[in-house]
Amino acid sequence: MANNWGFGINEKRSIDLDTNNFDIVRKILEAEPSFYRCISCGSCTATCSAGNITNFNFRKVHHLLRRGEYQTLSGEISKCMLCGKCSLVCPRGINTRNIILNINRLITRQNLR
Amino acid sequence: MNRYSWEKYQKQIPDDHYYYARSCIRQNFFPGSETIFLKILQEDLGIDILDDAKHTSCTGIGYHGDIVPLETIMTVVARQFALMTEAGYEHLVSSCITSFGLYCEILSLWHHFPELEEKTRKNLKAATGREFKTPKSVIHSSDLIFHFRDRIAQKAKYTLTDPQTGRPLKVVEHIGCHYSKIFPTSGIGGAEFPYVLAGMIESWGGEVVDYPERRHCCGFGFRNYIVKANRGAPVANSKQKLESMAPYKPDFIVANCPGCTMFLDKWQYTIAELEGTTYGQNGQGIPVLTYEEMAGLVLGYAPWELGLQMHQIDTEPLLNKMGIDYDSNEKYLGRNGKYMGRPEPCNCIL
Repeated sequence: MANNWGFGINEKRSIDLDTNNFDIVRKILEAEPSFYRCISCGSCTATCSAGNITNFNFRKVHHLLRRGEYQTLSGEISKCMLCGKCSLVCPRGINTRNIILNINRLITRQNLR
Repeated sequence: MNRYSWEKYQKQIPDDHYYYARSCIRQNFFPGSETIFLKILQEDLGIDILDDAKHTSCTGIGYHGDIVPLETIMTVVARQFALMTEAGYEHLVSSCITSFGLYCEILSLWHHFPELEEKTRKNLKAATGREFKTPKSVIHSSDLIFHFRDRIAQKAKYTLTDPQTGRPLKVVEHIGCHYSKIFPTSGIGGAEFPYVLAGMIESWGGEVVDYPERRHCCGFGFRNYIVKANRGAPVANSKQKLESMAPYKPDFIVANCPGCTMFLDKWQYTIAELEGTTYGQNGQGIPVLTYEEMAGLVLGYAPWELGLQMHQIDTEPLLNKMGIDYDSNEKYLGRNGKYMGRPEPCNCIL
C-alpha cells in the first residue's frame, strides 16, 4: 500500500517474552548442558580478547540468547575469535567455545544472520 | 493485603453543585459527548452543574507541547478558578483528562510552593482584575458518571448485553494516563487498579476484558504526535494495545480521555491504510466510545444524537448487538434535519 501519510509505524522495541522464539536457546542447552551452570559472574567478559578491542561481551550474548533476540545476537557473535580464554577462566567449567560454535551453526541454519 | 488498605484507592466525590470545564478538542472529535453528559446530569439525574461559556482552554496541549510556559498556564487555570468562584461553585468538574491532570498538578505545585500561588494571584489580578478561591475538589467527568452509575442503571433502557443470547458484551476499558498516573490518589482505584470505567461497565451488565497491555499508554503524548514526522511512535503504541486486545474479541472499547478515544478510533483506520490490518471481527474495526456515549446508549438516547456517526469506526454493528432501535437514514442528518453529507467510503476498513 502506498504510504503518502508522511510517517510510518515504528517497529516494536519492547521484548515480548510471550511471543519470542526460544527454539535456539533450547537446542544450545541440549548441545551444551554445562551452560545451565552459568552464574553470569562476568569472568568470560573480563578476559575476552575480542572484548579488549570491541564491545563484544559474552555475558551480553548469554542475555540476548535467553531473551530470544537472535537478530542482535547474530551481529554480536561474529566478533568472537574463538581464542578460548573464557573457557579457561570460567569458574563453573562451562564450554563457552562450544556454545559460540552452536550459536553460529543454528543462526546460520535458520537464516537469521 | 488487608481489605481496609483499599481505602487509599477511594476518592471522595461530592454529590451536587459542580462547575463544568469543557475540553477544547472533544467537541470536535466526539461532538455529542459533553452535551449528553450535561443532559444526563441535569435532566436525568437532576444535578446542579454549570456549563460556563466564559471559560477557555486550559492550554494543556501547548504546555505539554513545550510552547506554553508554566507561569502562563498557571494564570489561565487561575482564571478558570476565578470564574468558578464568581459563579459560586466549589467543585470543579473537568471534561478532559489532561486538564484534570493539570489542575491537580497546579494545585499540588501551589501546595508545595506557596510563593507560586502568590505570584499567580498577582498575575491574574494584573491581567484580568479577578480573584479566586482554590476548588474544594477537582473531579473528572468520568468520576461523576461512575458516582451516579447505579442511578443510571436504575433508569437504563438498554444494558451492555446481547439481548438475543443474554451474553455480556466484552468491553475494553482504557484510562487516560493523566487521570491517575500523575497523582494516584486523584483517581478511583489509583494508578494500579483504576476502576472508574470498569465500575460503569460492570454496573451496566458488561464484562471487562483484562488483556496484557491494558494499562499501556495510547501514545498520544502531545509533542510526540504534534510533529508529523514523529507520529510513527504514537501509532506504534496504539497498535501494541490493539494487537494485545484483539485475541479477546472485544465488542467495543471505552476510554475516558479525549486523546485516547480519538487515537484508538482513528489509528485503526491509519493502521488499516498503512498495513492492511484490522482488529475487529469480519475485517471490521473495534468501535470506540466515550463513557458519556456509553451512558447515553444505556439510557436510550438516539445514537445520532450522541454523535456516533462522527466516529471513524462504524458503530452500527455494536448498536445491532445491543439491540438498539435506530434509523440508519437519520445517520447523516444534522440537528436541523438537513443532510450534512457523508464521509468518503473507506475500502480498507468498516
